[in-house]
Amino acid sequence: MGSEAAPLNYIPILIFIVIAFAFGAVQILLGRIVRPSRPYRAKLAPYESGSPLFSDARVQFPIRYYIIAMLFVIFDIEIVFMFPWAVAFKKLGLVGLVEMVVFIAILIVGFWYAWKKGALEWD
Amino acid sequence: MTFPLQDLLTILPELIVIGTACLILALDPILEATKKDVLAWLTLGALAMCIGLTSSQMTGRVSAFSGMVVIDAYAAFWKLLLYIVTGLTVLLSLAYLKAERLSIGEYYGFILLALAGMMVMVSGADLLTIYLGTELMSLSLYVMAGLKRTEARSLEASAKYFVLGAFSSGVLLYGISLLFGLAGSTGLSAIAAAITAHGTGDPLLSLALVLLAVGFGFKMAVVPFHMWTPDVYQGAPTSVTAFMAVASKAASFGAFLRVFVEGLGAASADWSVLFTVVCLATLALGNLVAIVQTNIKRMLAYSSIAHAGYALIGVVVAGGHSGEGASTGFASVLLYIAIYSFMTLGAFALVGMLRKEGQESDQIEDYAGLAKREPLAAFFMLVFLVSLAGIPPTAGFIGKFYIFMAAVNGGMTWLAIVAVIFAAISAFYYLRIVMVMYMREAEGSIATHSRLETSPALSLVLACALAGVVLLGLFPNGLWSLASQAAPLLK
Repeated sequence: MGSEAAPLNYIPILIFIVIAFAFGAVQILLGRIVRPSRPYRAKLAPYESGSPLFSDARVQFPIRYYIIAMLFVIFDIEIVFMFPWAVAFKKLGLVGLVEMVVFIAILIVGFWYAWKKGALEWD
Repeated sequence: MTFPLQDLLTILPELIVIGTACLILALDPILEATKKDVLAWLTLGALAMCIGLTSSQMTGRVSAFSGMVVIDAYAAFWKLLLYIVTGLTVLLSLAYLKAERLSIGEYYGFILLALAGMMVMVSGADLLTIYLGTELMSLSLYVMAGLKRTEARSLEASAKYFVLGAFSSGVLLYGISLLFGLAGSTGLSAIAAAITAHGTGDPLLSLALVLLAVGFGFKMAVVPFHMWTPDVYQGAPTSVTAFMAVASKAASFGAFLRVFVEGLGAASADWSVLFTVVCLATLALGNLVAIVQTNIKRMLAYSSIAHAGYALIGVVVAGGHSGEGASTGFASVLLYIAIYSFMTLGAFALVGMLRKEGQESDQIEDYAGLAKREPLAAFFMLVFLVSLAGIPPTAGFIGKFYIFMAAVNGGMTWLAIVAVIFAAISAFYYLRIVMVMYMREAEGSIATHSRLETSPALSLVLACALAGVVLLGLFPNGLWSLASQAAPLLK
């Protein structure tokens, strides 16, 4: 099942993983060995040279941002899909055109729905 | 890459369903709130067209889209069942959404999108096509579970279902990727050929088997992957619960059987051992935990888990055999799920529409004295519960009978005996509700008691479900011959 040589192609990735882990581990270990250890309160704060924390970072924010982000992703994907289509337009011919029309029609249904439901209004 | 135009004809039912779903989404915002019923009738019209089209696809085996999709009697069987179940769900929803004062047009769009996913699942002949179908189904169901946006329990159900469902999809994909590594293809026939050529000794194959079993186990809600079921079934709007308990389970079984028979059939000795364990655990846990439930939706959730266990008996038996024995085993699974659909849908329809003071009465105590207040509703519930318990002359008995016969003929008498013992245990919790309805007097003032909110749509649903349960119980031969026609196509 599968060719026996296939795993060989992945050996560089294995080596890369090993080096990546080793790099991080060596840095931390080296730092621990070399640096002097004199902890005090300000030094142990999460941001040693930043401003002190005044609230939790997990705050509520309006769900509208979420909707806008979702709409952005939808049309972003549309564009990502259209670029390679435009490049290969001549080769794909009529079939490609029809397929793209179907794709955009489905997106437009979603866009129409979102628009009519008021997802694009800020208030 | 192009495909012949007649490929589009073979998936015409799917295209109609998706097209209607888009139409509903487009129409919903411009329809007035009082006219949303039009969308339900539109849905039913699309389903009627699909029933006609799929009935003509019952014979032969047509492959389309380079073997990604296959249309055969097996797919047609599941699709017809799914259309009927979806149609009944839509009718139930007409009544239920009104009672809950939910005016949601896109609801019907989501039902159709989920149905499209299920149709792709049962006629997919490629693991990725099947995966795509499960995702379309699940994503629609996640949204539908959370439709009661003001209720914390509904939102919890939706979120829980989403997180666990996404996790199980990941496991399923992992299994698919391992199989792709083994066979060099995600097509079921190519996988089958690779397994036959190389044997089943590869530990990677066993790992892939287990991962696929976990992925499908989540969707079918079998122990130990059932954790989400009671919470989601309880929290979701009851019409959605009925749809999930019936349609999504049927489609998951459809896809699961095709993958494990057509793709992994050569390794059936391995997976039938695996599913024997799962089957026993499902029967035991589903039936035992159902006993202690006080909420009827949770009880029906555990009952649906237990019924998946009975259906798995057929799978296990078929996995241990080849030829005639295997196809009887599979046919009994198809028959069982079809019968299960009718009785479960009927029970959930009643649970959703028995209400007090505008609230759903989902506690078992609310059913006290129901036989006096609503004799007809109590009688319908009695029939559905008796059928779920598997007592003749209802369809539930026929379903269990064929499953147990397949087990005995396949030399697994011990499994049949265990299942019969659990069926006897299950009679306890089903008949307890009958006892509450008929024997116990309602306490407190009459105003707080649950009554059935009747409507023509609900009457139609209940009549169809009752007809299914009674007629299939008395004349099972038609359905059995359909099921046995569909089963042998899986070698």
